[in-house]
Amino acid sequence: MELSGSQMVIEALRKENVSVVFGYPGGAIMNVYDEVYKQNYFRHILTRHEQAAIHAADGYARASGEVGVAFVTSGPGFTNAVTGLATAYMDSIPMVVISGQVPISMIGTDAFQEIDAVGISRPCVKHNYLVKDVKDLPRILKEAFYIARSGRPGPVHVDIPKDVSAHMGEFDYPDEIKMQTYRPTYKGNPRQIKKAIEAIANAKRPVLYIGGGAINSNASAEVREFARIAGIPAVETLMARGIMGDENPLLLGMLGMHGCYSANMAMSEADLMIAFGPRFDDRVTGKLSEFAKHAKIIHVDIDPSSIGKIVPIDYPIVGDLKNVVDAMIPLAKEHIDENKYKPWRDLLNRYDEIHPLKYEDSNEILKPQWAIERVGQLLGDKAIICTDVGQHQMWAAQFYPFSYPRQWVTSGGLGTMGFGLPAAMGAQVAMPSKTIINFTGDGSILMNIQELMTAVESKIPVINIILNNQFLGMVRQWQTFFYDKRYSSTDLTVQPDFVKLVESFGGRGFRVHTKEEFDIALEEALKSNTVCMIDVHVDRFENVLPMVPSGGTLYNMMLEYKE
Amino acid sequence: MEQIRRVLSVIVLNEDGVLSRISGLFAGRGYNIDSLTVAPIPKTNLSRLTIVTSGNTAVLEQIVKQLHKLIPTYKVIESGTFVEKELALVKIPLNEDFNGLDAMLKAYNGTIASSNEDFIVVMVADDYERIDNFLKAIKKYNPIDMVRSGSVAMDI
Repeated sequence: MELSGSQMVIEALRKENVSVVFGYPGGAIMNVYDEVYKQNYFRHILTRHEQAAIHAADGYARASGEVGVAFVTSGPGFTNAVTGLATAYMDSIPMVVISGQVPISMIGTDAFQEIDAVGISRPCVKHNYLVKDVKDLPRILKEAFYIARSGRPGPVHVDIPKDVSAHMGEFDYPDEIKMQTYRPTYKGNPRQIKKAIEAIANAKRPVLYIGGGAINSNASAEVREFARIAGIPAVETLMARGIMGDENPLLLGMLGMHGCYSANMAMSEADLMIAFGPRFDDRVTGKLSEFAKHAKIIHVDIDPSSIGKIVPIDYPIVGDLKNVVDAMIPLAKEHIDENKYKPWRDLLNRYDEIHPLKYEDSNEILKPQWAIERVGQLLGDKAIICTDVGQHQMWAAQFYPFSYPRQWVTSGGLGTMGFGLPAAMGAQVAMPSKTIINFTGDGSILMNIQELMTAVESKIPVINIILNNQFLGMVRQWQTFFYDKRYSSTDLTVQPDFVKLVESFGGRGFRVHTKEEFDIALEEALKSNTVCMIDVHVDRFENVLPMVPSGGTLYNMMLEYKE
Repeated sequence: MEQIRRVLSVIVLNEDGVLSRISGLFAGRGYNIDSLTVAPIPKTNLSRLTIVTSGNTAVLEQIVKQLHKLIPTYKVIESGTFVEKELALVKIPLNEDFNGLDAMLKAYNGTIASSNEDFIVVMVADDYERIDNFLKAIKKYNPIDMVRSGSVAMDI
């Protein structure tokens, strides 16, 4: 079948069961947009900025587990998309991003809206392609989807020159693909798995350290089952929230810079760490030489380069986590006695009783943590929680009661302010029956505020809850702790009227100063079925605690801040 | 930690941009490239890069893993025995006294590659350490230019 390059894009998306594309048109991608107009296989959602198109595709991928897809044009369209690509790459999110490029004959001439897109995207994608011949396009698109979703997932960028999208060629789209140079390992080495089980059976103080790989591998059920059988306490990274479920008695909580005391102490006192798909981020480890000093380490990861990158590993297992844990479960039943770890579990539970996550509530002024807990009480598992980046993000990770994987959508690795609203839109499109809450800050929300227009136009009823402290709160907190309260460029008292702002776009706005107002606003927002903004005025100087200062040790947390 | 010199033979798909992926990986992650040569492997769709790098054992392990992680990488040969050779060209003005040059060229598998009325160009192919020595020794003829190829290696 002879098709144009643009028609091939549409047909490939159809073959890949893509149901939604986020994007923004422009000169070099117009051929593709002309075919978007003619087709009815998938929905196209016009964002109001290319960065938001990528974040929305990313949010869609995180919430659904499917590959997110976005279209952008050449030049500035593409450069605007870069933050989105980098965000997805750092968190291993499967995406295919297709950009237009100037015609092949004009490449290298500094043509209008020309930029070396693959040169720019190379370090922030899993792989990229510049399509030079339409006959390669079906293979490249097939590879792009395959690479994005297989192995350690990640974004793939395909740059299509305008003449290539017009050229005609044979459309032969393979169902299956085998690549000469790319073959991820899924099955763990049975001998390594056996050794790991022996190490666990011999340990006295084992801890499960669960990372974002557990989400990508859809391994929540297996990990919960393994933990239950083996009776091993677990800690989750920011990316892994929801894997164990917060009701689970074995879950201590999140670890790391703003992790809870018991989780960080478990890491510090463990004699064996069982790492399920984390990557030993510096926000998790603190000072490396003191990190889990007493522990031997088992590390299961699908990406061999992740193993041993930060700390030496005693028992490396390369493979898909779901697959590996599945193989570990019967061995655990046979060889591991969960009673053996009871004293260890009791100790950790005592740590949790001594220093639980806490905040001091007030009747004078709203506390941001209260707002998050309140949403948790009212919505619980009915909501998918998205965030921007900063204090509100950490409070949401600490205080929202997560109960299942993919309930939590946040930019962990890159820490991208402006991610929340567009990602929440993507999550809503993926999960139309869920309530989508975007906890955001008065700083972050303005970084992609134009997306209120997309949400109104495309009827995406995301509820944005601004924890408004009129500060860039996290930076302000560091200035309070480490810079003698010199609040350099963090005071945001000059800000828009967020209620009028969202209403000018056609959404609903609420301003909240009290608990009663908060409940009423949330109830109204839930009924409104349109994009909402709840501007919650909270204590300006609340800090995220506990805290491991940058370069500090996990066992020496700052539990409270004294003037 | 101790810096170790390591020769890597990397087989990659011979496609657009593959060299930029490799050099970008080294630059982006702060790895050293002491030398790099690249040429297609005859009758295949592959190219061979010979990369000479250095770092401590942890860094070298990461370099190999990161190279493997690149989609077009077919194979990274890092261990085993290599035959490693390098080529050097040296331009010497004709007004120099060439006494002893012949013996020196012989000692380093060398020859005269080119000449004209103003200078000669000598060429040697040898182990990289011997090339170092040769380039020191040849200085007494006041060379006006020297070019090294970087190592090529074959695993045996």
